[in-house]
Amino acid sequence: MSGYLVRRLMLLVLMLVLLSMAVFVLFSLLPADVARLSCGKACTPEIIEANRIRLGLDKSVIEQYWVFVKGIFAGRTYPEGGGPAALVCAAPCLGYSFRKNATVLQLIGERLPATIWLALGAFVLFMVVGMVTGVLAALRRGRWQDKSIMGVALLGYSLPSFFLGLVVLFFVIIRWKLLPYPSYVSPFENPEQFFKTMLLPWIVLAILYAAFYTRLTRSQMLETLGEDYIRTARAKGLPERTVVGKHALRAGLTPIVTAGGLDLAGLLGGAIITESVFSLPGIGSLAVSAVVDPDLPVLVGITLITAFFVIVANLIVDLLYAAIDPRVRVAA
Amino acid sequence: MAADLVAPPERSSAKPDEVQGRSIWQIAWGRFRRDRAGMICLGVLILLVLIAIFAPLICHLLGVDPYALDPTAIDTEEAGKPIGPWGGASLQHPLGVEWGTGRDILARLLYGLRISLLVATVATLLTTAIGTVIGIISGYSRGAVDSIIGRLMDLILAFPFLLIILALSGALTERITSLGVPEGNASRITYLILILSVFGWPYLARIVRGQVLSLREREFVESAIASGAGTPRILFREILPNLWAPILVYATLTLPAYIGTEAVLSFLGVGVLPPETSFGLMLADSVKYFTIIPSYLFIPGTVLVILVVTFNLVGDAVRDALDPKAGRL
Repeated sequence: MSGYLVRRLMLLVLMLVLLSMAVFVLFSLLPADVARLSCGKACTPEIIEANRIRLGLDKSVIEQYWVFVKGIFAGRTYPEGGGPAALVCAAPCLGYSFRKNATVLQLIGERLPATIWLALGAFVLFMVVGMVTGVLAALRRGRWQDKSIMGVALLGYSLPSFFLGLVVLFFVIIRWKLLPYPSYVSPFENPEQFFKTMLLPWIVLAILYAAFYTRLTRSQMLETLGEDYIRTARAKGLPERTVVGKHALRAGLTPIVTAGGLDLAGLLGGAIITESVFSLPGIGSLAVSAVVDPDLPVLVGITLITAFFVIVANLIVDLLYAAIDPRVRVAA
Repeated sequence: MAADLVAPPERSSAKPDEVQGRSIWQIAWGRFRRDRAGMICLGVLILLVLIAIFAPLICHLLGVDPYALDPTAIDTEEAGKPIGPWGGASLQHPLGVEWGTGRDILARLLYGLRISLLVATVATLLTTAIGTVIGIISGYSRGAVDSIIGRLMDLILAFPFLLIILALSGALTERITSLGVPEGNASRITYLILILSVFGWPYLARIVRGQVLSLREREFVESAIASGAGTPRILFREILPNLWAPILVYATLTLPAYIGTEAVLSFLGVGVLPPETSFGLMLADSVKYFTIIPSYLFIPGTVLVILVVTFNLVGDAVRDALDPKAGRL
């Protein structure tokens, strides 16, 4: 097991290195006017040139990458080599946004709480709803309960996120005035306003994601419920709850956990659409603003952090397999 | 579901003692034909595709034009608000007109359908082609090639896809224009199609790879190798024909996903620009006005949902028909 863990961790590091290289190459494919983009409207050739040097864009991509990697571990200064007016970006430095005059890590750190709350709340909701409805549909297979659950799930699966978000916004907030217009505050400051703001985004994300888990749970349950050991469990007189929960659901849990872990990781990288529709100050809306008002360091930083979440989630999910499914442990 | 497992009754006029071989497609079509929801959706789908193809003709017959400005339908004193309820719905403009320009919503909806279907269809074909070829190669070649392709797929799947698409749109659209594609919407549509395909293929490639892993150990592959067939022949003449079922299932479920993604991208401002339009763009435009004119939001939104739902239902039906054992997922 420890050998496996070491191998996986090494693979994780390798993936991160490859990924950061890929991000660098992708973004360096952009025409070399990043320096111009990062200096705003009142721009002169001199400012562009100064920016180019300040951002280290006068160097080759490989050198830029090296400086970036060094910055993560040892911090960096703008311009490189320091100077009287140099900006210091302490380790771990993911870059500096001249647009917003802050380090990328600071910017992401400010936006992270809203994104984490959104992701966690939605995750709990859609996992619970998806699995409960999926189990119900499987147990009532072919009857009206199954058909109506699957019908609703299909609709949820097919709804474009922004359309659902806008419709909910239109009815609940604008027409019926059931909730105030969303305005994010920390839950520790004003729990009531926090819940009133997050309720709709949570529900919207949950509807979109739960549909997938309903379908997945149902098909997993149908498969395991047909196994011989389920008949054995019933025959030896176990209560139905134990048969369904411990024998059927647990055996089919692996793909559900995989998908769940990856979805959570994806959401932690910012739910771009939902955050924009409900104007939540999260990573997703930071990313959109960095696209609209081009801010390359921020984009690189967010891309890397999001991909980092996904890769780490992949590892955690694989390790969880062993905990859930003894068959994996035996095989390893 | 259980009934699907039973082969449909023979309706051929063949003599009873004559054994008739039926291909997997005939069997699948027989199953599909008895799936009522699937057949209805297929009908709706064909209708929608025909509407998209013949949109110019239909618009001409209805006397609406997606590009013509109609100053008489809007109130210039109220910042271009359409005159009349429901966004200025009238006999001349059945679904109302656009705020500020007076362009006909119905005509724009039909033209938007064209663009959405065009992008989704071409991107699905490209994704399927790339995914199939790379999946077969990856599954058949052991060792270094397989693991390099595997890592590449992991890498692409780990990328925050929406973010990259947004970030690269401006620059790559310019690149595409400089390669000779007409500037403006042609370049933007090409970008959408290419980027959807580039980030979409690993999903199918994984499925195909898994299938090839087991197929390559089968006797017919061994016998092809023994009789001296070259690798390309084994890959594409021997193995590929066994993969059409999962590929078709995947493609029919990818298409609606791409329709949705195209709408999201247009909504975020990456897709086509006016005077062309698409569902996402119409919905994005609706944001400014939907508190006053809700139909701006609900008309394109409803059509979009109907389109995606029917595609998904047909995809499910195709899966059930081709692979009745697999659950719906």
